Amino acid sequence: MLKATLKSVLARKLRLVLSGLAVVLGVMFVSGSFVLTDTLDRSFKDLFATVYSEVDVEVAVKPKVDQGDPEAARAGTLTADDVKAVEAVAGVRTAVGDVIGSARPIGENGKVLTTSGAPRVGTAWRDGGQEELREGHAPARDDEVAISAYLAKTGGFTVGEQISVLTLEPKRTFTVAGIFGYPGNRDSLGGELTTAFTQPAAQQLLLAAPGAYSGITVRADEGVSQAVLRDRVQAALGDAYQVKTGEQLAKESADEIGEGLAFFNYVLLGFAGIALFVGIFIILNTFSIIVAQRTRELALLRAMGASRKQMIASVVLEAVVIGLVASVVGLAAGIGVGALLATLFSTFGGGSLQLAGIAVPSSAIISSFAVGIVVTVLAALLPALRASRIAPVAALREAATPDRPLTRLTVAGGVLSLAGGGMLGLGFADGTLWLIMTGLLVAFVGVALLTPLISRPVVSVIGKLLAWSMPGTLGRRNSARNPRRTAITAAALMVGIALITGVSVVLTSATTSITKVADTQIKADLIVSGESVNGESSGGFTADRLDRVLATPGVESAFGWYNDGVLVDGQQKFATVVTDVPAMARVFGLSATGGTIADLEDGQIAVDEPMATALNLRQGSTATVQTTKGEQRTYTVAFVLAKSRVLNEAVFLPESVVDEFALAQINTAFVKADPGVDAAEVRKAVEPVFADNPEVSVQDLSSYARQQASQLDTVLLMIQILLALAILIAVLGVINTLALSVIERTRELGLLRAIGMRRAQVMRMITVESVVISVFGALLGLVVGVALGVAAVRALTDMGITDLGIPWAQLGSYLLIAAGVGVVAAILPAIRAARLNVLQAISYE
Amino acid sequence: MTGNVGAAARAVDVWKSYGTGEAAVTALAGVSVEFDRGRFTAIMGPSGSGKSTLMHCLAGLDTIDSGDVWIGDTKVNGLRDKGLTDLRRRQVGFIFQQFNLLPTLTAEENITLPLAIGGQKVDRAWFDTVIDTVGLRDRLTHRPTQLSGGQQQRVACARALVARPEVVFADEPTGNLDSRSGAEVLGFLRRSARDFGQTVVMVTHDPNAASYADRVIFLADGRIVRELHDPTAAAVLDTMKALDGDDRLVVA
Ligand SMILES: Nc1ncnc2c1ncn2[C@@H]1O[C@H](COP(=O)(O)OP(=O)(O)OP(=O)(O)O)[C@@H](O)[C@H]1O
Ligand SMILES: [Mg+2]
Repeated sequence: MLKATLKSVLARKLRLVLSGLAVVLGVMFVSGSFVLTDTLDRSFKDLFATVYSEVDVEVAVKPKVDQGDPEAARAGTLTADDVKAVEAVAGVRTAVGDVIGSARPIGENGKVLTTSGAPRVGTAWRDGGQEELREGHAPARDDEVAISAYLAKTGGFTVGEQISVLTLEPKRTFTVAGIFGYPGNRDSLGGELTTAFTQPAAQQLLLAAPGAYSGITVRADEGVSQAVLRDRVQAALGDAYQVKTGEQLAKESADEIGEGLAFFNYVLLGFAGIALFVGIFIILNTFSIIVAQRTRELALLRAMGASRKQMIASVVLEAVVIGLVASVVGLAAGIGVGALLATLFSTFGGGSLQLAGIAVPSSAIISSFAVGIVVTVLAALLPALRASRIAPVAALREAATPDRPLTRLTVAGGVLSLAGGGMLGLGFADGTLWLIMTGLLVAFVGVALLTPLISRPVVSVIGKLLAWSMPGTLGRRNSARNPRRTAITAAALMVGIALITGVSVVLTSATTSITKVADTQIKADLIVSGESVNGESSGGFTADRLDRVLATPGVESAFGWYNDGVLVDGQQKFATVVTDVPAMARVFGLSATGGTIADLEDGQIAVDEPMATALNLRQGSTATVQTTKGEQRTYTVAFVLAKSRVLNEAVFLPESVVDEFALAQINTAFVKADPGVDAAEVRKAVEPVFADNPEVSVQDLSSYARQQASQLDTVLLMIQILLALAILIAVLGVINTLALSVIERTRELGLLRAIGMRRAQVMRMITVESVVISVFGALLGLVVGVALGVAAVRALTDMGITDLGIPWAQLGSYLLIAAGVGVVAAILPAIRAARLNVLQAISYE
Repeated sequence: MTGNVGAAARAVDVWKSYGTGEAAVTALAGVSVEFDRGRFTAIMGPSGSGKSTLMHCLAGLDTIDSGDVWIGDTKVNGLRDKGLTDLRRRQVGFIFQQFNLLPTLTAEENITLPLAIGGQKVDRAWFDTVIDTVGLRDRLTHRPTQLSGGQQQRVACARALVARPEVVFADEPTGNLDSRSGAEVLGFLRRSARDFGQTVVMVTHDPNAASYADRVIFLADGRIVRELHDPTAAAVLDTMKALDGDDRLVVA
């Protein structure tokens, strides 16, 4: 039996290649993401080991509000006395004050240089550090800087040229005195852009505190371990200081990135899971068709005494063989893809992140084989059971399988769809991810089971639209011929399209909501905003600029706000300081439910209703607030703002606490023009105020909203690219189904050719069948996807997605793409069908 | 050389072999034969004698090694796929032993399929005549699976006739039928030759079936060995028996 099975696998290898390909692609995705994230993880570990290689212990001011960022050195500064105190600790060889902060160089085009994730740092030049001067000299005057080789390359700077840099202060211009690299001839450690100032300049520009340091780097005497030294320094300085060993810092930094990578890995695996789920449909279909076509052969085996178990075993064994082969190929391909992506990442993403070498983690191997084999066997199980039920007499009968009734399928499909929908509903209601995922899968299976029933009427309607000629009519009839087969093929396509559609609906709704809020709720004419890189605002502007805006002719009113993380009653919240609270209330149309809206006095705090509920506050009650740099104080709630669409969980603090924020700069300002004055004119007048700061943009409301919304477009594009794999696999399924159908209908094709059908007509017939299946799948996907999207939007109302937006044009394009996909999928099977030798086809058994 | 006006199909010294070298099989060894317009001809001979091959070569379904094949005025050998397709559309009708019909189409759609494929209009009067002759009027909306074997073959006959081809070729059309259904089909083929002047060429193993024809050609080892006109079943049987004994005898 084993031999017979292997022989039959080999004999039908071509038919199995396509279904195997679905597994290969899925496994490739799985192992590729493991290889990629493992390689990056190890590379970052190496990177931080290098960064902290010359640090035994580092001292910083303990952050009062833990932002979860080990690099956040803005909690406060250290003094020269602190450095001396550390120097005095036994076992300290050297203790050097560091000055590190944010410095964003401006490129030749006047725009701020950006990285893809790595920081843009400013430091004080220190002789004897890791930096190795390659050209020129160290900055000797306060208007000189040395820059890293990577920055020199990125911005095209050479020694002697001018470079402008944004720091805590507005744009300042320096002369490039020198260019430095790092040990191992690296241009940067990990793609960061570094500018080194003189120490006094750095202290002023980066810390806004002359004579201060952001941290102290300590080297230990011979024989003193990092941990021992850390404990001694901690004991000498006391609790207000954060003392960590170099190893600890390297680990914390790497772990933080590692967490991000792990999340990234989960996301990729999620998409791989979707792809494999679609793959199951394809394999199931292939095995079903093959079992149907082999009915006679299997019945003959039964007649010769093969047991049911043997029948099942033979099909399952076949699946194991395919799964095994597909896993090996998928694993190999995944290693290639992972290595390729890692290389791409290191060249384009991280600048000069040195890859730690590609390795294949055992997780990649184990998951590849587990997933590949389990998925294939799972998919083959149903057809295997069917094969075992074939009666021996079937060998004697004409093997035409009668259409089995769909009642049981339909009932099962209905039950599963409802169950899946219910789980989805529950999942959306309280944001349980696993419930949502399971619900999705169950619902997809349910809908897939319902498709055979739906397929009859829908396919005939789609077909009528396409079939205006005889070949078209034949193609349409063929696609309606085996509802199960058409349905599974279409359902595979449905999954990908439904997910893409669902995501599009949610994101479009978000965009609509943002635009709508901007249009209806914000009565400002201009928005002045600091640039935010990777979602984190790196710089804004100082209050004097806002005064200049207010003084600009044509400006009626303007207010700006500062943001920072604070602890309110011990809970981490995002706090806002507004320069003019009544102006904000006017622009946003806010009203108070308790108290009256006015500028906050010292000791006063204001919250909106959602925040009041979250913290159990009301007008007149008190709360403690801890800011990043200041002391904890008790505040009284001056007023509570009614729930609005602009604010969500807002805490307002008085203007006096701004100096206790990590960054005392306004990041957004809203400007209202005098009545009757054109916004564009005011914009022209306001823009010069920020001419020296390319990070700050002055936009009218609608372009600001568009810019905010455009960030979502990137998300959508990413998701579309990742889901494209699921759709690609579904296309393989369409090709597979068509190819198997062509083989199955060889005799019919022969007959058609014999009575005068042209090759082109044969191809058209197959193409129509393919397009009908694809469009049917896409339609299903669109309907299911819109339903999913609407449900998700309903669930996300609290998150600010208040308006439903259906991206009709996009949905239309998905349908067109599906039709195109149908045409493409038909190419190979159609050519195969057209090439059939008429005589052989007629006498085909 | 142009086609003889009287012949609907013609083979001139046709040679055809399969395979090469040692394994080569000569299926047709210099066959020359004419099929007169409006006549019903049966081809007989032992299994493997080349009956199907001759028919396929005549119909342009298979290529020949040498010689010439004509359908009406059209020289078949040398035609490319497009020409062959046109030939099949307009000048040739087929009836196979089985699998004559597309399961997705109704009887009527199957019958008019060659016209639909070629984008031609159905001649309703002729269609009605054909339908009434085969007696399928009340079965037109049925699918092949809802028809008996005999009815299916009659649908196939109707389809072969509806485009009014130069020749209808039938390879053992009654091979899968019981004698009554077979008789219906054969009777219909004879009538189409007599009443409508349709040229019909049929391969058969059955002397009784051959007796419906106007003429019987006997093939052996790829050559035509004998010919009977207006045969009776008994005469055919006798000839077959005689040939069994001396099938080396060649009558050109
Ligand atoms: N495609 C082919 N390849 C090789 N040999 C073939 C092929 N088709 C037919 N032959 C050989 O050619 C010879 C004639 O075959 P053909 O099918 O014409 O016989 P036939 O008279 O129709 O027989 P039957 O009564 O069994 O149908 C046989 O010896 C056969 O083996
Ligand atoms: Mg034959």
